Amino acid sequence: MGLYLFQRFILLLATLAFASIVVFGVLEILPGNAAQVMLGASATPDTVAALAHKLGLDQGVVTRYGAWIGGALRGDLGLSYAYDSAIGPLIAERLAVSAPLAVLAMLIATAVALAAGIFAAQRRGKSGDVAVMAASQIGLAVPNFWFAILLVLVFAVHWRIAPSGGFPGWSAGLGPALGALILPALALGLVQAAILTRVTRSALLDVLNEDFIRTARAKGLSRRATLWRHALPNALTPILTIMGLQFANLIAGAIVVEYVFTLPGLGRLVFQSIANRDLLVVEDCVMLLVAIVIVVNFVVDIACATIDPRLRRRAA
Amino acid sequence: MSDDGFFARARRHGGFALGAILVAALISAAALSLVWTPYPPAAIDVAHKLLTPSPAHWLGTDSLGHDVVSQLLAGARISILVGIIAVGIGLVFGIALGLVAASAGGVVEALIMNLCDFTFAFPALLLAIMLTAVLGAGIVNAILAIGVANVPIFAKVTRALGNGVLARDYAMAARAAGKGPVAIALEHVLPNVAPALIVQATIQFAIAILAEAALSYLGLGAQPPSASWGRMLSDAQQLMFQAPRLAIFPGVAIAMAVLGLNLLGDGLRDLLDPRLRARR
Repeated sequence: MGLYLFQRFILLLATLAFASIVVFGVLEILPGNAAQVMLGASATPDTVAALAHKLGLDQGVVTRYGAWIGGALRGDLGLSYAYDSAIGPLIAERLAVSAPLAVLAMLIATAVALAAGIFAAQRRGKSGDVAVMAASQIGLAVPNFWFAILLVLVFAVHWRIAPSGGFPGWSAGLGPALGALILPALALGLVQAAILTRVTRSALLDVLNEDFIRTARAKGLSRRATLWRHALPNALTPILTIMGLQFANLIAGAIVVEYVFTLPGLGRLVFQSIANRDLLVVEDCVMLLVAIVIVVNFVVDIACATIDPRLRRRAA
Repeated sequence: MSDDGFFARARRHGGFALGAILVAALISAAALSLVWTPYPPAAIDVAHKLLTPSPAHWLGTDSLGHDVVSQLLAGARISILVGIIAVGIGLVFGIALGLVAASAGGVVEALIMNLCDFTFAFPALLLAIMLTAVLGAGIVNAILAIGVANVPIFAKVTRALGNGVLARDYAMAARAAGKGPVAIALEHVLPNVAPALIVQATIQFAIAILAEAALSYLGLGAQPPSASWGRMLSDAQQLMFQAPRLAIFPGVAIAMAVLGLNLLGDGLRDLLDPRLRARR
């Protein structure tokens, strides 16, 4: 396990480094000067030069990349041109909305998908299975932002029992804050659950076909005990792996759903920064989101290797 | 197992049949919009704004007096256009990378596959956001981002199945007969990988439609005056209290198109994969 952990950790660092070069590089292909783009075509050369100097854009590519990464490692994410403040605290403030939203959505997706997936796998080919698969097929087809709009139509416009958008802030108390997050989390989580339900069902069906399941049943173990003690633990690694891969989609979905509900999260910050041509903020936010996806997949890999020792040996 | 032809089996496959009908409807809507829409889709007619459905405007009009049916028909065109180009980009570059990886093996294969794994950290939406930040919003950048995100998916499918084909006797025989790696890749690997690629292309087409809708909804995709289902939804959201119906139709159109393509893809997999056929 030690060797495997070490190998995976080196790979993690290499992936993060490569990702940072890609994110940095995309903003480098910008035609002309970033300061010019931020200020617009009407800016005088003097103001462009002044902003370029303030943001360090007048230095070489390698120096700037080094300064960006070095600063990020020390917790200094640079200056926002539009907000005229440090980017770090700006992002931290937005994460206080986005992170709980993502966690809440993931919890909803996992709970729904495990319940529905297990339910369907046990009734393979029967009406319950067909109903669950039909529902998940619809869930795959419905765009999460449209589902979010429908939730607003039903719960905010028609029944008026939930806010249609906005966020009161955590200082308003746990109830109102969570209340503002529940519809966005449902929109995000239920659509995500559609994919995970199918994965759970097929992973479980694969395991249920194995010989050791027949053996367990033959020695007199009940259906329920076989499922919980033998089938589920063995189906867990494929489910976890897909959950990790789906995490990138969850992050992307969160950006869109935040937009629907005008939540002041990381997604909103990205769009405001694009509108403001505040490129350094865009760069930092995208890098943070990509880093989160990479780290989550690293954690999933480690978790899978802990559950299933065979995965370790194959990689080492 | 009866030895029926493809079409006989296809007709008995409920999901495939439903998918084919929905996809045919999508294509017909787009084709129809090229020659006829009830009103010009981009025509602004403020005097007739926010009309409820009537014989003159089957699904009513929006806040600028656009006829909703005309906009829906024209929106199908954008969806198909994005799907075809984005999947095309993915297919061309993905197949090339996958074939190179499978044929070359070793370091080249490991490099290409690690690169593919790496790109999964960049969902199409994030790619599009970065491209928009740099190059500005527009349908071309949106298509480019969705297409680039498709490349690793097709590369992985091609390489995984390609390796299987290369290990078969007939591929070995071809090599023994003196055929070069390029000839083997094109004559033996590609035809055997094609069914799986067609299935994957159908699924990616659906994902491209979803991605385009999301990007246009966010204002990063299709720009006015071109009609797009995603953009119709973002307009409708401003009028949720006055005209909630406007938020229904474009969403149903997206969901039906995606459902159709997904069912078609699943159906094709069942029909084209002989192993699944035997199990039935």
